[in-house]
Amino acid sequence: MLAFFLQSGAIAAAELSKIRRDPTELFSRAVQPVLWLGIFGQVFSHVRDIPTGGISYLAFMTPGILAQSVLFSAIFYGIAVIWERDLGIVQKLLVSPANRGALVLGKALAAGLRGLVQAVIVYLVAALLGIGLRWEASSMLLVALGVMLGSCIFSTFSLIIACIVKTRERFMGIGQVLTMPMFFASNAIYPLQIMPGWLKTIAIFNPLTYLVDVLRHAMIAGGRSAHGLPVDFGVMALLFLAMLAIAARLYPGLAR
Amino acid sequence: MPPAIETIALTRRFNGFTAVDGISLTVAPGQIFGLLGPNGAGKSTTIKMLTTLLTPTSGTARVADHDVVEAPVEVRRAIGYVPQMLSADGSLTAAENLLLSARLYGVPPRVRGARIAEAIAFSGLEEFAGKLVKTYSGGMIRRLELAQAMLHHPAVLFLDEPTIGLDPVARRAVWERLQALRRDYGMTILLTTHDMEEADVLCDELAILLEGRIAARGNPQQLKADTGPEATLDDVFVAVSGGTMQESGNYHDVRQQRTTLRRLG
Repeated sequence: MLAFFLQSGAIAAAELSKIRRDPTELFSRAVQPVLWLGIFGQVFSHVRDIPTGGISYLAFMTPGILAQSVLFSAIFYGIAVIWERDLGIVQKLLVSPANRGALVLGKALAAGLRGLVQAVIVYLVAALLGIGLRWEASSMLLVALGVMLGSCIFSTFSLIIACIVKTRERFMGIGQVLTMPMFFASNAIYPLQIMPGWLKTIAIFNPLTYLVDVLRHAMIAGGRSAHGLPVDFGVMALLFLAMLAIAARLYPGLAR
Repeated sequence: MPPAIETIALTRRFNGFTAVDGISLTVAPGQIFGLLGPNGAGKSTTIKMLTTLLTPTSGTARVADHDVVEAPVEVRRAIGYVPQMLSADGSLTAAENLLLSARLYGVPPRVRGARIAEAIAFSGLEEFAGKLVKTYSGGMIRRLELAQAMLHHPAVLFLDEPTIGLDPVARRAVWERLQALRRDYGMTILLTTHDMEEADVLCDELAILLEGRIAARGNPQQLKADTGPEATLDDVFVAVSGGTMQESGNYHDVRQQRTTLRRLG
């Protein structure tokens, strides 16, 4: 058990050294949230019809934009794995005695660390726009946990897709097709209650919905969770464990 | 002492195509064993089965006295592997690559520092250990990959085309290190190659694979003597493979290489 986490830690630590070395990547990631909050959000604040539960629309959508940037960066994680496969790094990892699940978890944790950087960026943008944020340590810890767990889910989902399609071209196609629908079929920029029934059903099964719900509660002053944090974290944790189990089974297939 | 590698009727099929067709071979501890053959002969598939990356369709294989199907984790603990492709991470330094390997192989923290220092000295990369691997030359990367594969002192080392694409100096540097690993650590080494000089200089024992089967087997001297007086390994290869290589691009290469060697006298 200890060995399992040490192995995951080794993978995550190696990824962390890469993140530290490439700050340009972090900068380019700030662009999307700035556009959504600075332009889309400014305009849509004038629409008074969207029920936001007593907070401004801009404040309402801020957690949605953080969740979106977590989703968009984690969902392309599979590309990096396909790249590593084409090089031979995956083969080398799989010949080591490390547990396959530990290797997958290590990759997911690394995606989580990247997600935390996204969170810092969105906090900065939101603060600049004068959005009322919760700055208590306990709230920020919840945000960090949610962002980590969300990144783990989406990056592992991405890894599963990579294990199935195995080539970059096919992966890019699927990645593009998945991201926008996942974003729109969630509570990121409008609440579930104004969705048509069919969309609501999809949104209930969309993990992004639960991440947004956590963030809306823990990030925004006056924001409230619709499902309750235990439900949100429970759904996300179970989903992640299931994905981890599937990915650990599929990952060795990449070496064939 | 049990053999370092032993396969019995090892077979692998892919959708009806038989890549490895009933290979039985034994490699004694401390040997450098070469698998030769044109592209598509089944060399890489054999290595993948021996390193547990691929499950055999039938037959058995034991590596370091563990069955590759029944005890894959024990096999992985006992082996090192250098894939044909580039397997060191270019976005990390040599030291970081080695640290990752040490952690994944569970090298205890007490000896980790010493092992990494030993591996860096082995690879001759002392001055470059803190530099990103993507700035290295092909030969330096190969030496680092060797260092990563020997870090945990495996009993058996597998290398897939270890010197492909390297210049003669870099190639020689790899050979010297492989010989050092056998001499200093008693490692058994199995490598694939289609470089005849490499096979001749380095290997104690060879098996020539053709279409998934062992077409010839023996030590280089014996194989050459069996083919004819003054025969080179290239001659052996051509004699063994006969006209069956039309599907491989390597027939041309072998012929060209042979002509060059003749000219050089």
